Amino acid sequence: MQTALVIEQLLNGLQFGVMLFLMAAGLTLIFGVMGLINLAHGSFYMIGAFACAAVAAATGSFWLGLAASLAAAAALGAIVEVTVIRRLYDRDHLDQVLATFALILILSEATRWLFGDFPLYLNIPAQLSGAIVLPAGVHYPVYRLAIILVGLLVGLGLYLLIAKTRLGMRIRAGESDREMIGALGVDIRSLYTLVFALGAALAGLAGAMVGALQSVQVGMGEPVLILAFVVIVIGGIGSIKGAFVGALLVGVTDTMGRVLLPPLLAAVIGPAQASGIGAALASMSIYIVMALILAFRPRGLFSAQG
Amino acid sequence: MNRETAFNLVLAAVLLAAPVIAFAANEPFYVALATRIAILALAAAGLNLALGFGGLVSFGHAAFFGIGGYVAGIFASHAMYSEPLPFGLPATDQMPVIWLVAALLCALAALPIGAISLRTTGVYFIMITLAFAQMIYYFAISWPAYGGEDGLSIPVRNSFVGLNTANALHFFLICYAVLMAALALTWRIRDSRFGMALQAARQNEVRLAAVGIRPFRIRLTAFVLSAVLTGLAGALFADLNRFASPSMMSWHMSGELIVLVILGGTGRLFGPVAGAILYVLLEYALGGMTERWQLFLGLILLGVVLFARGGVVGLVAGKARYD
Amino acid sequence: MKTSLARTALAISLLMCGTAFAEPVKVGMITTLSGGGAGLGVDARDGFMLALKLSGSKDIEVVTEDDAMKPELAVQIADKMIQSDKVDVLTGIIWSNLAMAVVPNAVGQGKFYISVNAGPSPLAGAKCDKNYFNVAYQNDNFHEAAGNYAQTSGIKKMFILAPNYPAGTDSLNGFKRYYKGELVGEVYTKLGQTDYAAEIAQIRASGADSVFFFLPGGMGIAFMKQYAQSGVDIPVMGPGFSFSQDVLAAIGDAALGAKNTASWSPDLDNPKNKEFVEAFKAEYNRLPSIYAAQAFDTGTLLAAAAAKADVKDADAFRAALAAAEFDSVRGKFKFNTNHHPIQDFYVREVVKNDEGVLTNRIVATSFTDHSDAYAAECKL
Repeated sequence: MQTALVIEQLLNGLQFGVMLFLMAAGLTLIFGVMGLINLAHGSFYMIGAFACAAVAAATGSFWLGLAASLAAAAALGAIVEVTVIRRLYDRDHLDQVLATFALILILSEATRWLFGDFPLYLNIPAQLSGAIVLPAGVHYPVYRLAIILVGLLVGLGLYLLIAKTRLGMRIRAGESDREMIGALGVDIRSLYTLVFALGAALAGLAGAMVGALQSVQVGMGEPVLILAFVVIVIGGIGSIKGAFVGALLVGVTDTMGRVLLPPLLAAVIGPAQASGIGAALASMSIYIVMALILAFRPRGLFSAQG
Repeated sequence: MNRETAFNLVLAAVLLAAPVIAFAANEPFYVALATRIAILALAAAGLNLALGFGGLVSFGHAAFFGIGGYVAGIFASHAMYSEPLPFGLPATDQMPVIWLVAALLCALAALPIGAISLRTTGVYFIMITLAFAQMIYYFAISWPAYGGEDGLSIPVRNSFVGLNTANALHFFLICYAVLMAALALTWRIRDSRFGMALQAARQNEVRLAAVGIRPFRIRLTAFVLSAVLTGLAGALFADLNRFASPSMMSWHMSGELIVLVILGGTGRLFGPVAGAILYVLLEYALGGMTERWQLFLGLILLGVVLFARGGVVGLVAGKARYD
Repeated sequence: MKTSLARTALAISLLMCGTAFAEPVKVGMITTLSGGGAGLGVDARDGFMLALKLSGSKDIEVVTEDDAMKPELAVQIADKMIQSDKVDVLTGIIWSNLAMAVVPNAVGQGKFYISVNAGPSPLAGAKCDKNYFNVAYQNDNFHEAAGNYAQTSGIKKMFILAPNYPAGTDSLNGFKRYYKGELVGEVYTKLGQTDYAAEIAQIRASGADSVFFFLPGGMGIAFMKQYAQSGVDIPVMGPGFSFSQDVLAAIGDAALGAKNTASWSPDLDNPKNKEFVEAFKAEYNRLPSIYAAQAFDTGTLLAAAAAKADVKDADAFRAALAAAEFDSVRGKFKFNTNHHPIQDFYVREVVKNDEGVLTNRIVATSFTDHSDAYAAECKL
């Protein structure tokens, strides 16, 4: 295989990983600070995409749509936190799984009610269309490079937010000792709402950016949700750094598995069998990687808690 | 007799009486509905053993449900054309043999899955069980020999000596009997030394270790037993629908099994039965009323988890004596 | 109450046309009305209902329920409709895996099943049934038509792509049945995959003259958008599903010029089709998709058969269905021995209509009077 193709595929893996990171960062933050498993995180991804598509269609501007996706997902996140999620913090994981499972059903059907039965149109902005030629003869779409850039910037921003700001200090304090920061006079309820809305907004941003590449339709968040969970578990729950490394690992494994496994197998067992089995193995590859990592590091690569 | 036992007896009686009456009134569909309830209750009872008593929140039990289903489907299709099975085993359409094979295969699958997964705890356990189920799910979708995503039809329901399984009531009675046997087993296990140790492992692992019992083995045994019961339910479910498909293994199915357990009451003997009755009836009633049924199902589930802690059994019989 | 209504209806219909002996036909429609696949089910339902309305038939009752794309749920609903609602005919299923679960069950209980879309190969071949009719196509048909088009238009190097599940492998096999040129790539993707960057990179590197892909629903939308954005300019073709009216709006201008194959097109020139397209636009304020057209034909066929024979007389009703004496939006239409259609297949091109809406236009005919590869295995 030519170098250019390998580089291009690595970039694809990186872009996919960065997108997963946007999802996983919110999930892992919410789990780290509030101890909450949120299955409905994929719904914020979907809401972000729908909000972006609707506003972009109405105004003709992708950028206004992007802003709307952040606002809509954050607002919905805050509403859901105040009405439902808040009551779940002191419950066990089981109740959280059930309640957020119910939220998926509600948000999906409500979205379909609001936006109709057919997928929506959302295209990338004209400024970012087309492909550029990188060194070594690699053609690469500008928009995907932009996603990579945004993902890296968000990662940097989150790092700075948590490491350098007062809010970040409170978040870190919330992760290590919940009672204590309440006792220190921090308004823990609004801190939780803020963190939840931040996580939802990141998911909405991911949904809007990916919505321009994919199909904006009900249920689009669910496959991504499962992958985001794989990411945070590999990385170590509660760890932003873990989510980042895990996301890139999953993104690259999935992409390279899809590309490399079928031809590798074809060389071993012949092409007729290989394409089917290779595709099956490629579909399973990230789960195999996850099981291997957890078998040797039961708390993921960078566990924040003990 | 305390309130929970009384409620359990009522549930058992209602689940038996309703289909018998429906059958007499020539309404075979309601017999099928009751059969579905009994089978899902069996699957959830299996999960309840790991999740309710052992605190092992498996988000991958659909894998075992699906394995059981495929065993029933594969046996049925081979028996139909009198082809031998892989490894030269003779094909048969006798349910007890099929159940035995389903149980064995589920145990064989659950052993390594449990052994690896039990190295983790909490959310990691939830997610690693999900990962294993996803692997098996994608395998089933991509494996062409038995239909892949199209699934596997069972042309004629597998048979049971002395009964006519094509008769809705006969098949219901088989499922009901298996469910009751599984509940009796769960009950014996709960009150046995093993069951005590399992519940102790959930509540306080350190104390258990201090008296010289290794929680790992106890948990692994519970996980395997739990997988076997869910696998049995899968075999019956495939026979009920005359169809086995990869969607039996999807993460939605795992989620639904968890929902059944919580809805009924986690760790309660008849919780899975109460949960299955409520869930199936809700799905049936709402689905007939509106195409937005999932929205209302979601709202009701949310209401239950927020305002009716302890599920149906908890609501009727109060807090469990084991908590 | 119900029976007395039915009796009144019967009496009236007897009075009205003397020869009619029809008791009301109860139809159970199981289709996908929730989740990501709802668009297809909604189109099928709307097309079917419109046909009944236009037929003027008063003695067909329809119950509709959502299958949520789950085979288990579809089986449960089918049992309910057959045993509790006492329907005579089932229809509506979009997806092959659901059809494989429901159809053998339904015909096993002596009911009719008329497919508006799914046409899995076993039901056309060895597992065909006298009470199972498919008004749409056999699953391979659109892909065969595309293969034939690629072959006859002299394309030398093809890159072909489908998801890794039975309908996907059927698709590529159907394509290869008629395309005999070189394959520079044959790729199976994960079902439900939404990112095709890796595959598009392979396409770019393959040196193909043309790309054939079968990616239903959201997968196809994602692929086409990403393909257009990647700057790869190898022309694409696909089965009609990939460029059907329900997804064209979401793909946008990226679809312009794409060739696709189907048995129907909104511009197909016959009076029934004109009536259908106009009525559908007036009723639902959107253009119909291929799913709506097939369901419309199903409804028209059912109304025609119900007017000719009593559904309780299964043999007569079956004969009435098999005769297929109805005005099809596809112009000519007849059933093969395996109760699957013999029909023409067209090559369509995605264009903008006068109102600036993306739609399809016929540019060539790929097959005339084409049936399917499995009919010989069917012992009817």
